[in-house]
Amino acid sequence: MAAKIRIPTPLRKLTNDEELVEVDSATIAEAINELQTRFPGIKERLLDDSGAIRRFVNVYVNEEDIRFLQNQDTALKDGDEISIIPAIAGG
Amino acid sequence: MQNNAGFMKALKCRECGREYPLTATHVCEFDFGPLEVVYDYALIKKSLTRAAIESRPNTMWRYRELLPVADGPSVGTQVGFTPLIKADRLAKALGIRELWIKNDAVNYPTLSFKDRVVSVALSRAKELGFTTVACASTGNLANSVAANAASAGLKAYVFIPSDLEHGKIVNSLIYGAQVIGIKGHYDEVNRLCAEIAGKYGWAFVNVNMRPYYAEGSKSMGFEIIEQLGWKVPQHTVVPMASGSLLTKIHKSYQEITKLGLASETPWHVHGAQATGCNPISHAQKAGLDFFKPVKPNTIAKSLAIGTPADGFYSLKVMKETHGHAEDVTDDEIREGIKMLAECEGIFAETAGGVTVGVAKKLIASGKIQAKDSAVLCVTGNGLKTLDAVTGHCGQPCEIKPSLREFEALLAAEKQSLVNA
Repeated sequence: MAAKIRIPTPLRKLTNDEELVEVDSATIAEAINELQTRFPGIKERLLDDSGAIRRFVNVYVNEEDIRFLQNQDTALKDGDEISIIPAIAGG
Repeated sequence: MQNNAGFMKALKCRECGREYPLTATHVCEFDFGPLEVVYDYALIKKSLTRAAIESRPNTMWRYRELLPVADGPSVGTQVGFTPLIKADRLAKALGIRELWIKNDAVNYPTLSFKDRVVSVALSRAKELGFTTVACASTGNLANSVAANAASAGLKAYVFIPSDLEHGKIVNSLIYGAQVIGIKGHYDEVNRLCAEIAGKYGWAFVNVNMRPYYAEGSKSMGFEIIEQLGWKVPQHTVVPMASGSLLTKIHKSYQEITKLGLASETPWHVHGAQATGCNPISHAQKAGLDFFKPVKPNTIAKSLAIGTPADGFYSLKVMKETHGHAEDVTDDEIREGIKMLAECEGIFAETAGGVTVGVAKKLIASGKIQAKDSAVLCVTGNGLKTLDAVTGHCGQPCEIKPSLREFEALLAAEKQSLVNA
């Protein structure tokens, strides 16, 4: 079960400049743990001390905000695309 | 990095306080917190006096020490210093002692407050060496980036939801900008632009230029204070999309009082949203300090941001200043537009209808007291959102060029007044 995660610019120093990382996880929470195993330090960038996604980090699965899905419990399937995007200003 | 940074010191993360150089970058690498410009206030205090400000041209750049450019503005030098109107007829209609309208519907050159932020963002973008600029927009920002880029000779890409009002689309195309309509909500446009911005070396005014861009909004607050005779208004009602303007109005009041240009009297900042896109006002009314994203469905398309980037800080500002938030339906928005037009002769876009409608509710509920004084921020022009009111403000009476027909019309009008 491979899903693809697009790594945003601010985190690419941790992924050795890799933009696209494949994960083999069943949920977003597991995918974050998998990233942490491969790229130590990335988890604390995404999650706050309580384990919740940081308030200025938005996570999308196939272009849908996970807050409209099941947050970190959102299930992943083969071919899913995950984006991690900082909140940006209005227009 | 440039040697000359003007009155700026650094960029600083609002969450953790880490500092970054003054480049085109907008988020903290550590926690994704937004970066904000830090100024040298001691240096600013030496040159920014009331007398100095009053001696300068009537534009937003009369407060240039508090705006984040190194060498002074090169784009949009004529922007700002829009009228502050004493709105006695609207005050009476809403039931408040004193009311003012800050009218950015006539801002130069594209008739919205966005000319302020774009003037700063493009001036700074030129300083940093960019030749291509871009934005994600609900319409007004697209218009302003397109126009100001044209006059500065910069290439512009503007990204908008494809279902925007016709007027706002034409108002971007006319300047020769590359306009890209995205089949989706603004939040989806935003997400795409965040990804594009990471890939191309452009100055995205509300992505990688955001720390500079957002500061431009403060000029609206500086002007309000100066135009009130160097007084901070008791109440300010501000429309909220991302919430950025509300936080910057508050910051402008803090800066002016901190610099001793006006005395520090208590102020309340209130936020206005449409009921069809109310993540911030919903959270404020429920007493929460975080918001839940929504899928927008409102005629106030310029405010239709379901995931407001400054939602968290807007809630904080309202809490700190004992301000309130409220939201209004599409019908109430149209009613607000009509009230402002009929009482004050000002034709605002839908966001203006939201602000008037919310002010009405806050006054009626006593959250803004009848004995107080308030400023309403009108941020955009009604000529750009004609679709929203067409069919809701009557039809012209058509007659032949005949005196008899005209007199018949007058008689009918008189009769309907008697019957009413």
